Amino acid sequence: MNLQDYKGVYVFVQQVDNKITGVSFELIGKGKELADAMDTEVTAVLLGSKVEGLCDELAEYGADKVILVDNEALEPYRTEPYAHAMATIIEKYKPAVVLYGATAIGRDLAPRVSARVRTGLTADCTKLEVDPETKGLQMTRPAFGGNIMATILCPDHRPQMATVRPGVMQKRKPAKGAKANVEKCDITFTPNNKYVEVDEVIKKVSNKIDIQDAKILVSGGRGVGSPENFQLLRDLADALGGEVSSSRACVDAGWVEKDIQVGQTGKTVRPNLYIACGISGAIQHLAGMEESDVIIAINKDESAPIFEVADYGIVGDLTKILPLFTEKVKEAMAARQNG
Amino acid sequence: MNIVVCIKQVPNTNEVKLDPVTGTLIRDGVPSIINPDDKAGLEAALRLKDANGAHVTVISMGPPQADAALREALAMGADEAILLSGREFGGADTLATSTTIAAALKKLPYDLIITGRQAIDGDTAQVGPQIAEHLGIPNVSYAEELKVEGDTVTVKRQYEDRYHVVKVKMPCLITALSELNPPRYMTPGGIFDAYREKQVTVWGLNDIEVDLDKIGLKGSPTKVFKSFPKSLKAAGTVVQLDPEESADYMLEKLREKFII
Repeated sequence: MNLQDYKGVYVFVQQVDNKITGVSFELIGKGKELADAMDTEVTAVLLGSKVEGLCDELAEYGADKVILVDNEALEPYRTEPYAHAMATIIEKYKPAVVLYGATAIGRDLAPRVSARVRTGLTADCTKLEVDPETKGLQMTRPAFGGNIMATILCPDHRPQMATVRPGVMQKRKPAKGAKANVEKCDITFTPNNKYVEVDEVIKKVSNKIDIQDAKILVSGGRGVGSPENFQLLRDLADALGGEVSSSRACVDAGWVEKDIQVGQTGKTVRPNLYIACGISGAIQHLAGMEESDVIIAINKDESAPIFEVADYGIVGDLTKILPLFTEKVKEAMAARQNG
Repeated sequence: MNIVVCIKQVPNTNEVKLDPVTGTLIRDGVPSIINPDDKAGLEAALRLKDANGAHVTVISMGPPQADAALREALAMGADEAILLSGREFGGADTLATSTTIAAALKKLPYDLIITGRQAIDGDTAQVGPQIAEHLGIPNVSYAEELKVEGDTVTVKRQYEDRYHVVKVKMPCLITALSELNPPRYMTPGGIFDAYREKQVTVWGLNDIEVDLDKIGLKGSPTKVFKSFPKSLKAAGTVVQLDPEESADYMLEKLREKFII
């Protein structure tokens, strides 16, 4: 393998129901930064059926080029046709780097592709950097349940592949009206034993806002005490115009749904304000929220590790403090509207 | 039907603590367990065996101590256990690991291979799909339910906002979520059998056909460049006030930060 033959940063663009998943924009933004450091371009790889209309949006978020594979075999997502498309593109275009979102699709597709093209894959990276000397990719990820960080290299194989969790990288400000430089790539899909059949698509009904999109999160842990007490958090979140999230303990206890869990096995969030209520701050939880702009923690236990990452820590009983705080927030909001 | 379940022995990372002075991991005394997703996968295999009859083999790659995890699987009801162990296998990344395990699976009869979605010590979720790729069979990841009818497995495959009901023909590989089902306990008779009646067969390099350049540390495309304790951001201010003052304090801070 001649490493010099491999050029460019490629991003697998995930779309579901012809809507691009947010993490793909985040990766194009990061990919652009990496590409600049490598004196190359960032290319978005868009796979799907009747998805051509999405190309310009990719350009708006920073893609220098879009490779489009439009085929009925690519709707809905199935491992084999997607892996076949990605492997074909990698063989044809020889990218130096390929990034995937660490989603339920990306974490299925990327390993299959890595084994097919025989290259390395680093999972759930939280930091990607270019070595100024070698121009190689340095991929940093939590290991051992988030207890330590490891920086991984893929020195002798190409492409260097990584998955990145949603919410970790930041989108660029979209350049409205940007037009994509699109290259259509024709790929033949021949069904074989590896093609599965999707019998039914069952959408989970949810009218809640994804906690990853919330600017303000009021988050509860075991210290909330009971599922009923979560109402105190909801009242505060409503007053602030935010959403409620939780630690793993409350999901395991069956108090709240899994889709609002923050942390290593939940979601990564970086809101403007994170109010941690009765959360002790296990390292697995901190991994999912420590990038929040402002962190307030309320906990009875003054030795709780959450106080080590909080900007403002309050030692006290959340069931007493929250109702008072919610009222004061409401008053302040009302005063602002009237003033 | 032949079912092979791939399991990994892992340290219970929920019990790992950091040394507050040095910032390093305290590994001593951390118990080893069967990785939770793998155990749910094993339970799924045992339920298929209970319902329709099946031969369930468990396989694990790891050091000799992984024998304990395999014995536990036997005590739960697995019929046969293989420990893939050898110096040459060590230091492997996911690609080299999956290459080694796939080489062992080629020696075994299988209709259905079940792995956990991911292991709690690495959280990569890569080895299952990679094994399927090496074997040239389909994989369905993130299985929350599965049933077998004839030569077809129907899987309820989880995504963030939806499920796909996927039909896949055997031979195939499924990666199991912990939600698949709660694992059963070992029975006293099962434990007795696991240590007296049943065997753990140990396979080394000479028992499988694999290219030495593709396994172990040498066969791993990814290399650990450095590892370091996580640096937490500097702690802020911690106050202890009465509830009313606490609420005022927070309000003041939100105003300072222009949040409200």
